[in-house]
Order: sequence, then structure tokens, then C-alpha cells
Amino acid sequence: MRPPVTAIGADPLPPGALEVETVGMTMRFGSFTALEDVSIRVAPGTFHALLGENGAGKSTLVKCIMGFYHATAGQLMVGRREAEIADPRDARALGMGMVYQHFTLVPSLTVAENLVISRADAPVVIDWAKERAGLEAFMAAMPFRVPLDQPVARLAAGEKQKLEILKQLYLGSRFLILDEPTSVLTPDEADEVLGHVRGLCEAGEISVLMITHKFREVTAFADEVSVLRRGRLVGQGHVADLSHAQMAAMMIGAEKEQRPVARSGLRGAPMLELRGVKAADRSGLKEIAVESLTVHAGEIVGIAGISGNGQMELMEVLTGQRAARGGEIRVQGVPYGATRAEAQSHAVRYLPEEPLRNACAPRMSVIENIAFRSFDRNGAGRRFWLSANEMRAAARDLIGAFKVKVADPDGPIAALSGGNVQRAVLARELTGEVKLLVISNPCFGLDFAAVSEIRARIVAARNAGAAVLLMSEDLDEVLELSDRVLVMSEGRITYEVPAAEAKIAEIGHYMGGHAA
Amino acid sequence: MENDLGWWAVPLAVLGGAIRVSTPILFVSLGEMLTERSGRINLGLEGTLVFGAMAGYATAVITGDPWAGVLLAALAGAVFGLVHGLICSMARVNDIAIGIAMMLLGTGLAFYFGKPFIQPVAPDLPSIPFGWWSEVPQVQAALNVNVLFLAGIAAALVLHWGLRSTRPGLILRVVGDSTDAARAMGLRPAVIRTMATALGGAFAGVGGAYLSLFYPGSWNEGISSGQGLMAVALVIFARWQPVNCFWAALLFGGAGALGPALQSVGVTEGYYLFYAAPYVLTLGVLIATSSPNRALAGAPGELSITK
Repeated sequence: MRPPVTAIGADPLPPGALEVETVGMTMRFGSFTALEDVSIRVAPGTFHALLGENGAGKSTLVKCIMGFYHATAGQLMVGRREAEIADPRDARALGMGMVYQHFTLVPSLTVAENLVISRADAPVVIDWAKERAGLEAFMAAMPFRVPLDQPVARLAAGEKQKLEILKQLYLGSRFLILDEPTSVLTPDEADEVLGHVRGLCEAGEISVLMITHKFREVTAFADEVSVLRRGRLVGQGHVADLSHAQMAAMMIGAEKEQRPVARSGLRGAPMLELRGVKAADRSGLKEIAVESLTVHAGEIVGIAGISGNGQMELMEVLTGQRAARGGEIRVQGVPYGATRAEAQSHAVRYLPEEPLRNACAPRMSVIENIAFRSFDRNGAGRRFWLSANEMRAAARDLIGAFKVKVADPDGPIAALSGGNVQRAVLARELTGEVKLLVISNPCFGLDFAAVSEIRARIVAARNAGAAVLLMSEDLDEVLELSDRVLVMSEGRITYEVPAAEAKIAEIGHYMGGHAA
Repeated sequence: MENDLGWWAVPLAVLGGAIRVSTPILFVSLGEMLTERSGRINLGLEGTLVFGAMAGYATAVITGDPWAGVLLAALAGAVFGLVHGLICSMARVNDIAIGIAMMLLGTGLAFYFGKPFIQPVAPDLPSIPFGWWSEVPQVQAALNVNVLFLAGIAAALVLHWGLRSTRPGLILRVVGDSTDAARAMGLRPAVIRTMATALGGAFAGVGGAYLSLFYPGSWNEGISSGQGLMAVALVIFARWQPVNCFWAALLFGGAGALGPALQSVGVTEGYYLFYAAPYVLTLGVLIATSSPNRALAGAPGELSITK
């Protein structure tokens, strides 16, 4: 074990919340500047929000602070002293900790095992009786608790997030970076967790820098906010002085504010009907059961829910990736088994989540991937010998029409960025007649421009008379796009409301499985 | 003295066989369990087992000390594991392909270096006659337990405790279950996996020494008959739990003794079908405990075959 790094100067850092400040932080990767001259000060005991779009440089900034990256230029001050942080261990030794967007807990270990092993000084032989006593004393002093003997895999997302924060406190962190900590939580869970974090700030135990894109959370919990755009600091101030519109304007800059797309057309005949569909969930231990679900032509039905409540399984049943245990799926009144022939004859199209994994052959070329629906079709008939020229011409048209940024159409589709894979798959799926479109998390991880464009295309498909079933973990997206909102919780559809009458609080309760 | 036990000889022989045959499988499956708990699979343990058998036998012939043979077999196994681990630490290397290559390399090297040792006789490993209280020779034979079998039980218990209650044990599980979490903790997964693979190789080497130095007790090229590969399947069956590895190995060993036992009581027809019993059993158990719709319970999260 190497000795903990101390800042220059003989005195140890003062106890309690840490002050952390970046001065002119700049980070270049080759010719690309990810971060330029960013100075942010997090005063001790404050809750500081860091806003920005995807790719604005938020992650780069916190990675520089935590020692994952070494800034090209600029200084880090911890407790008003210059700090050299060579790697994350140095940051931890100074009392700085990070809670990542994706959990860094070990699923098969229990809560107690996770906490003990995360400690740098975990003993070689662990005396569980002693450790248990210590952990229980620690938990008793905390504002919120997590059961020690549960394997982490069995905890709900909110509990995992609480445990991540508890782990940092257990390790003695006095400055916490939270990277989109509420992305997998219900609104209620998010409020509870952030409320506790805020309480710890007010008690002077910790200072917090939280990466987020939810204005609501910034207003409700943060003291100060800094906004990044394209690697630059474009705004800063006290949350109390700023409105959501002002923060959004800083984030998006001169780009156009996104506008909801006009809706037109009338609801048509039922296109997709599910009756009593049952299937095993991922673990094989629980079951998803959709009693009744109907999607009509010319409407978007949105299914809201926290990740892991059966949406993925339902999507897989509809795409034919997972066998249903019972029940009936009908498309246009005819039983539907999700074969390629059936999908073709009913004009059913899919945009699954993680399209690179679920809707592409990653190592085949962009052209080939775009041709998946049509490569063996010759007008109404079938063909045996493929026509490379026709495939190329069709792909070129679609790449242009859907603005897919492709360096080499003959290169593997895996080389494209996430947004461009999404556009390429959407191009393929929305070409030709579309009667039923089944979509899951279409905008996950995409930037503003791509998001508004993809949403516009989904609404356009609806206006053209397609039935759209949209599953999304992003409640705002569901509310923006849907004509009808359903909530899925614990593998069941628990709530239904027309979008015009939907209330976020009400939906949030059902998402958390709390409402009766 | 009437020594004809009739059909009672069958369960007795199965028990004795279970104890005798299971030891190498127990060692290999413990080694494979360790490797897989670190998130890597080593199919090369079959080769390690055969090479360990050869190296142990040769050392025992030369030094006259079977324990020196066990030690060298363990060392040789560790070297094989280390090579596997180091190669797999490189980018874009598939652990299954490397495992098969290492299996062929191990058996090939063992045949090459082992040729001169097929004739000479090595001293056997000692065993403890737990059957001293009985005058029935079959009982005595069945309860003549080798020291390594006991060492295997001890190893299973120590591993069971160590994976729960020691820092290295928890670290091994962290690395096997989530590379991201391990990195976030500042651990180096590749190094830990390589060490686990080397230790796993040492276990398999000891298993090999048992084959050539106790049962069957001589060195020849067909000595392992695929036990190293069966051990990999047993680890899945045992749900990556060391104590379950012991029970699985015992079951497999008992099934393996069924054929010879039936032969010994005079079943002349079809008894050779029972030689396939352990393989049929393994297959049956794997089918019965698997499901296409869910992941295996207890499987380490980073294991390439169960991802």
C-alpha cells in the first residue's frame, strides 16, 4: 500500500465536507478538444449540479477530477490546495468519491461483502462477526439503510443507488461526484435519494457535484449550477436565480428549441392485440403477464416503466426473440408468431433498444444491414441471386434521406456512432409500408438533434396511419409522443391513461409499484 | 471364510470406486471452479491433467519419492495455467480457443516426454486403511482411502471458507462477477484472472499425479480418458460451489465404478454400457438443470460461456 497523497502543505485537510475547484481545466484528445478552460468551484457543503448535453464534456471533466484522465492543462484544488491526482486511488485517498451512472456493485456479493471489499484496507482474513458489528454501527448512523445480507442482484434500483452512496460514505468520501444518479430510479425514489444527499450536504458532511440533465432535480436539490456546451463552460449561477428555460437555453445554445410535431389523422382499427400473453423473465424465476393490450392504427401507445420491469421481455416476445408461455398475439386480427414472413405480410417493423445488438449484424456492412428487409425481395416475388447494385443504390438513398453519417458504407455498421446506428435501423424499418411499429428506448444515449429528429419520424409514421407501440424508460419521451400511456411494473400493465390526462406524479407512483 | 457377497458387492464397489475415481475429478473441478470464479474458462485442464500425470510419474521414478512427483505435477500445472492466463490477458484472445490449444499441447508434450516412463514402476502414494475393522477384503479395498482424497476434501472446505471470508476470495469473486466493478475498485482483473488460472492449473496437475501414482497407478497415454473435460461440465453442475464440486465428483466417480462392479459380480451382458454411465449421467444432469429462458444461477457474471 502506498501512503495516502496529501496536498502540498503540512497540515492535513480539515474534516467534514471538502471544497473542490477546477481552474482552467483543459483536456485534448489529439486534435479534439473535449474540455476547454473550465473553472468550477464546489464550496464545502454545497450541492452543485453540472448540466450539459451528451458529449458536452461533463464526463471528461469529472474523469479529470477523479484522475481517470490527466488534464492537458489546468489545476485541481482540493481544500484550497493544489492537488496532483495521478489515478483514482489518489482521489480516494483525498476523500473524493464517485458514484457512476452504471452500478459498480458486484451483483452476486451481499451488501456487507460489497462494502467490506471496497475498502482499501480490507483484512486478509475477514472476521465477519466484527465486520458485521462495525457495519451495523455505520448503518445506524446513516439517514437511510440497506439490508446487509441481501445479494446486491436482488436489490431494487433505488436501493442499489442508495448503497452506492452509502459505500462512498463508508469509504470516508467527503466530496461526491454523482453521474446521472437517478437515471434508473422512479421519480419517488429519485426524490428520496437526492433528499438524503442534500441532507448530508446541509449537515456539512459532504460536498456534491452531480451530473444531470433533469432540470427538475436541479431546481429541487442543487444550490449552484454550471452548464457545459461543447467542452466550454457557458453558464454558472445560483439555482434560485435561474429558470428552466434559461438553463435549457444555456445547454442547447443557439440551436433550435425542439418543437412537438403536429399530430393528424384519426385512430383506426385495432392493429396489434395481446390477450393474456405470458413469458418467463430474464432470470427465469418470475413471469411477465400482459392481460390485455391493444394498439390501433394511427395511434402511439407508450409504455412507461423502470428498466427491468418486463419491458425488455415484452419486446422480445413481440420480436420473436423470446418464446411466450401462453396467450395470444394478433396482428390485424390474425394470430401472429413473429416470423419473417408474417412480419412482411403484415408490414410489422421493429426498432429494438440497443439496435446494434438486437437489430443489426454488427460486422456486416452498413449497406447489407440496411438491406435486411429487402435483400431477397424482387418486387412482389423472391430472388435467389442478390443484386449488389440495387442494394447499394437503395442504401445510398436511405443514408441520404435519414442523414446517417457514414464514412464508408461498405464498412461494418459497428463502426458507426450510436445515433447513426439508430438512424440506419430506423431508415430500414420505416421504408415501405409500415402498419405496425414496435419501438423500445429509441433515443437512449442520443444527442438533442438526433432525438428530436427520431421522435419526429415516429410521429410522422403515426400520422401516416401506422400503429406504434413505444416502450421507454424516459417518462418525458413517453408523455411527449404517446396518445395513450400505459405503465408496466413487475411484469404487468398496471395503469392506463390518455396522454392528455396523464399526470407525472400519478404515473410515477404506478411505475414504482406503490399505488394500489 | 465366505467372501462372496453376491449383489452386495455392487454398492460396495461403487462406494470404493467413488472414492478412488473421484479424486482426480475433484482436483480438476476445484481448479476449474477457481478459474471460472475469476471469470475465465480453462478447457486446457485435460492437457494439464495428462501432463501432470506424466510429470508426477517421471519425477517419482527418478527420485523414488511420490510426493516429489505430486509437487512437480502441481508446479507443471501452475506453469500451464500461467501460460493460458497470460495469453488470455492479451486483447481479442478467446479463452476457449486457447484452452483447446493448451489441451492439445499438454497431452502432446506429455506423450513426447513420457515415452521412456511407460515401462518403469514408480512408488505409489500412501493410503490409509479405514477398512481395518472389517475382515471382508472387499470392504477393506473399498475403504482404502488415499491421502490425496482427504486433501481434496480439505481443499474444498478451505476454498468454501476462503471465497467467503478472505480478502483474496472476495477479490476473486468481484473480478469474476463484474470487470467494471473490479476496475472501479482499482483491481487489475487480468492479473487476478491469470493467478487464478495458474492456481487452478496446479490443482489439475495434482489430480494428474493421483492418476499415475495411485489409481490406475501407472503412466500411459490413455490415462485420463477425458476426465479433465468432464470436470468442466461438473463445475457447471456444481453451480461453482467448491463443496458441491466434491459431491459432483463423488457421484461421477460412483457412476464410473458401476461398469466394473457389475462385471465383477458376473454380469456378462451389456455391462460395458454402464461404462458410459458417468457421461450419460453428466449429460442428463446438465440437461435437467438447464433452461433456454434463464441464465444459470450462480454463474460468474464475466464467464464467456454463460454471458
